[in-house]
Amino acid sequence: MRTVDMRKDGLDALKAHEGEEMEVTGCLGERYIGCGMKSGILHVEGTPGNALGSYLDGGTIYVDGNAQDATADTMNSGLVAIRGSAGDALAYGMRGGRVYVLGDAGYRAGVHMKAYEDRKSTLVIGGRTGSFLGEYLAGGIIIVLGLGDEQRDITGYFCGNGMYAGTIYLRTERTPLNLSDKLVRRNVDEEEKERILKPIIEDFASVFSLSADRCMSGSFIAIEADESKSYSQLYAAV
Amino acid sequence: MKREGEVRISSGCAISGIFCRDGRRIDGEAIRRSIAVMHNRSNGLGGGFAGYGIYPQYKDFYALHVLYDSQSAREEAERFLDRRFDIINLSKIPVRQTPKISDAPLIWRYFVTPLPHMLQDSQLDEDEYTSRTTIAINDTIPGAYVVSCGKDMGVFKAVGYPEDVADFYRLEEYEGYAWTAHGRYPTNTPGWWAGSHPFSLLDLSVVHNGEISSYDANRRSVEMHGYSCNLLTDTEVIAYILDYLTRKQGLTMKESSEVIAAPFWTTIASKDEEERKRLSYLRKMFSSFLITGPFSILVGFSGGMMALNDRLKLRSLVAAEKGRTVYFSSEEAAIRCIEPEPDRIWAPRGGEAVIVTLDGRKDGQTI
Amino acid sequence: MDRRYRIRKDDGCISCMRCARECSFGAIEAGEDRTLILHHDKCVDCQRCVSFCPTGAIFITEDGNRFRGNGVFGESDMKEIFLQARTGGVLLSSMGAPGRNVPIYFDRMLLNASQVTNPSIDPLREPMETAVFLGQRPERIERDGSGRLVDNLPPHLELRTPIMFSAMSYGAISLNVHKALAAAAEKLGTYWNTGEGGLHESLYPYKRSTIVQVASGRFGVHATYLNTAAAIEIKIGQGAKPGIGGHLTGKKIIGDVSRTRMVPEGLDAISPAPHHDIYSIEDLAQLVMSIKETTDGRKPVIVKVAAVHNIAPIASGIARSGADIISIDGFRGGTGAAPKRIRDNVGIPIELAIAAVDQRLREERIRDRVSVIASGGIRNSSDVVKAIALGADAVSIGTAALCALGCHICASCHTGRCAWGLATQDPELTKRLDPEEGAARLGNLVKAWTSEIKEIMGGMGINSIEALRGNRRALKGVDLNAKELEILGIGYAGE
Repeated sequence: MRTVDMRKDGLDALKAHEGEEMEVTGCLGERYIGCGMKSGILHVEGTPGNALGSYLDGGTIYVDGNAQDATADTMNSGLVAIRGSAGDALAYGMRGGRVYVLGDAGYRAGVHMKAYEDRKSTLVIGGRTGSFLGEYLAGGIIIVLGLGDEQRDITGYFCGNGMYAGTIYLRTERTPLNLSDKLVRRNVDEEEKERILKPIIEDFASVFSLSADRCMSGSFIAIEADESKSYSQLYAAV
Repeated sequence: MKREGEVRISSGCAISGIFCRDGRRIDGEAIRRSIAVMHNRSNGLGGGFAGYGIYPQYKDFYALHVLYDSQSAREEAERFLDRRFDIINLSKIPVRQTPKISDAPLIWRYFVTPLPHMLQDSQLDEDEYTSRTTIAINDTIPGAYVVSCGKDMGVFKAVGYPEDVADFYRLEEYEGYAWTAHGRYPTNTPGWWAGSHPFSLLDLSVVHNGEISSYDANRRSVEMHGYSCNLLTDTEVIAYILDYLTRKQGLTMKESSEVIAAPFWTTIASKDEEERKRLSYLRKMFSSFLITGPFSILVGFSGGMMALNDRLKLRSLVAAEKGRTVYFSSEEAAIRCIEPEPDRIWAPRGGEAVIVTLDGRKDGQTI
Repeated sequence: MDRRYRIRKDDGCISCMRCARECSFGAIEAGEDRTLILHHDKCVDCQRCVSFCPTGAIFITEDGNRFRGNGVFGESDMKEIFLQARTGGVLLSSMGAPGRNVPIYFDRMLLNASQVTNPSIDPLREPMETAVFLGQRPERIERDGSGRLVDNLPPHLELRTPIMFSAMSYGAISLNVHKALAAAAEKLGTYWNTGEGGLHESLYPYKRSTIVQVASGRFGVHATYLNTAAAIEIKIGQGAKPGIGGHLTGKKIIGDVSRTRMVPEGLDAISPAPHHDIYSIEDLAQLVMSIKETTDGRKPVIVKVAAVHNIAPIASGIARSGADIISIDGFRGGTGAAPKRIRDNVGIPIELAIAAVDQRLREERIRDRVSVIASGGIRNSSDVVKAIALGADAVSIGTAALCALGCHICASCHTGRCAWGLATQDPELTKRLDPEEGAARLGNLVKAWTSEIKEIMGGMGINSIEALRGNRRALKGVDLNAKELEILGIGYAGE
């Protein structure tokens, strides 16, 4: 496997060898790693900078530690897997592919994620998230597992505000703090758990070598838009 | 083109801070390396640092760092100072010539104490006396600008990238228990040294990332209380608000954070009764000082530091701990570069202040 | 014959006589054989007939006849001279000062928005706070023995949106209008104001949403009245007639109006020009304190004044009188009846008044001690935003609220023949307003304005209304001279 040292080689080396499997070492805040990458696999060590894997278009990025802000921004397809935590604005406007974070995510994870044709964006957070999770969600699936935090709120305030499609699944029985009245919370039954959640969570668990059973244990709730409360009724045409 | 202060200039930024709770004093090299990692969050039009505990030999005297455009401004300001203070020591601040920092003003440092009879006649305490004198110099003496006036602390700032500013001021020669740093990305300024961050009054200093939308409401309110916002920057108004709330109203730093980044009413409603009453009171009582729009700030004060995000957390802020040392920064990388293996690293929530103080002092205590 | 309007109808008329039944001014009468008799001179252009014509056949036009042009004496000047020559009377008018010969400054100020350097906010999805608290604030905090903060705030009014309903008295308007205002205020989490005609007993249940007024006539003022309210307003003056008292004719003092005002039936209700117990500012402090004494200090006291030339020092004096809230009514404020010369020539526009008062109170370092309400010509949500950015805490709307209930601003309130059943006590007319439907319409209006205010704030990246108050960088002027910009405290667009 090729090794690219960010301190010496920089982004150009990554671009030059796109498509290969590479070890990316010595990261300390370098932005745009894996930006727009169509194929290949990066194993990232250290602390990569903002906009990691933005516009990712089919490649795979594994991050050993934490990622900073705006990771997987406007991602189209591929996989970003972060063993540590992610900063703010994770997976903003993501249209397809998978983003897995074993630790926590910051504020505004999964804002305006979408689904389009055969692309369906999937975001799984192993830990907890900050406020505004899945704001404006327009499609796709967000799953927050809250591993090790079973007795606490696993999302912040204003979870799912303004979402109009897609689903947020939370491994908890607690309704998120100050949930908008334009959203509905429902309990997830066994059938849905098996059909929707199991394949995704098994994949997540295998990426991080976890027990899928542990990730699936306990009950899940789902947050979705209340279709009877669309925003169009706010307006009166002049 | 108008100079900063004549026109309001918005800017983006990077911030970083180090605080040694055990009082250990470290030189300015670490903070320089930290802020340098975030080079591309600045655009070379402003950088600066605040160090605390850097003047132990003069710790009972106010340390004035002053920028002068001309010798005549210096002479006028020194005459002004001489009538009001006993000047214990004065000197040029030592700098290193570097091609990356140009157009330097005259940079002087004074260690002073109020003249006893003048202080007595003024019927003010010595902090108020000193802050009024400072504000008067900035207001009335053209070409003179006091960038800091606290005890056992100082602000070093310039037009340039922050790492170059550190080289210029020979920051590695100072040792302090706390450091903050700022790299600036102003949108349309020719660059003025006084306009860089940190902004400081007495021992309080502020570095700030973001642009607040409540600016003029806050400015016009704080100016009611004797402050004069010459720079028209967010940082200046935030520093004055915090000085007003802590020093003049007697709020703690934590309470002050609950004023400027007040929780939403819906959040307040979810608290228990006593907390609900307390937070409602602060919001109603000081509604003019609610700050909206994006900000992350580091506030240095004597013996402590506060990190605070706006209540929506519209700017990034990361905190970390290693032993008794605490780090704050806009980006995790800026902490990892000086402390690769922190014991704990986390992102403080929006509106939730992280306040650290020297061991032996109570957290959140007004200093 | 007064030729102001012509009543027209086209072939669509089915002779149903609805227009004749709706017309309360005697301009359209049903003749024999389902013919219409038109008295053009009696038409006030209230649009009631037009609104109710089932086939859209009737319409009102301006009279085509014109007086000879003269650059100085206009047609209305001449008509007023003719009228006064004939009658020897003071011209009486109603609603607010019309026309644009005095600039509407709201229309010459433009609002800001965020681009790049800070984010705008989507108000539909992100939190956006419009709650306002009105009242005094002490100068300093206090702590108890254990260092905890003590709540030393005097009582405050809590508004969920910064829009209140202006004072309009029972007598000037009907009980059904009061009912609609009270119910709407309660639902919206804001306040309505009784005006100076007392509070009808049937409205006592709305006490938490009611502001009761104490004016110079002291009609219907008693201890129960003062305590059946969230706040008490001392009315010194109003924008439409600063320095002028009121006169409700005995003809209107009938039934419940008489009982509520506590004035015998048929006797005129005169509001003296000043309060004869207030000849100076220290007397105002005495009245403020006597009201507080009667209400055990549990309710904020508002002092309402008209925007006159020295409004800034007046406001400063009120702020120091013990009052909690200052309400300022501008030049264009409405009225049920006022001498026309006063209405159209006395006072200053609310925009300039608010800017001057806010600045003066700041210079005296007492702006945060009191709250300020602006009124007088607030037409829409952007006017509200501009008033707050100039320095108001909240606004009151009167004319706009009446429009929501049907008013078409025909300015005939003083005739007592309001065809929409608002400014009248004629039972045949007052029943035209269903209070529940009226409350729903008022609720819709304020809800829509509040949504628009949130949109505007969101665009500016401001998510709480207190960060808009006095935030004059949110405003830039166009078509204003340097002095106007200076008084408004704003820059010119592009500056």
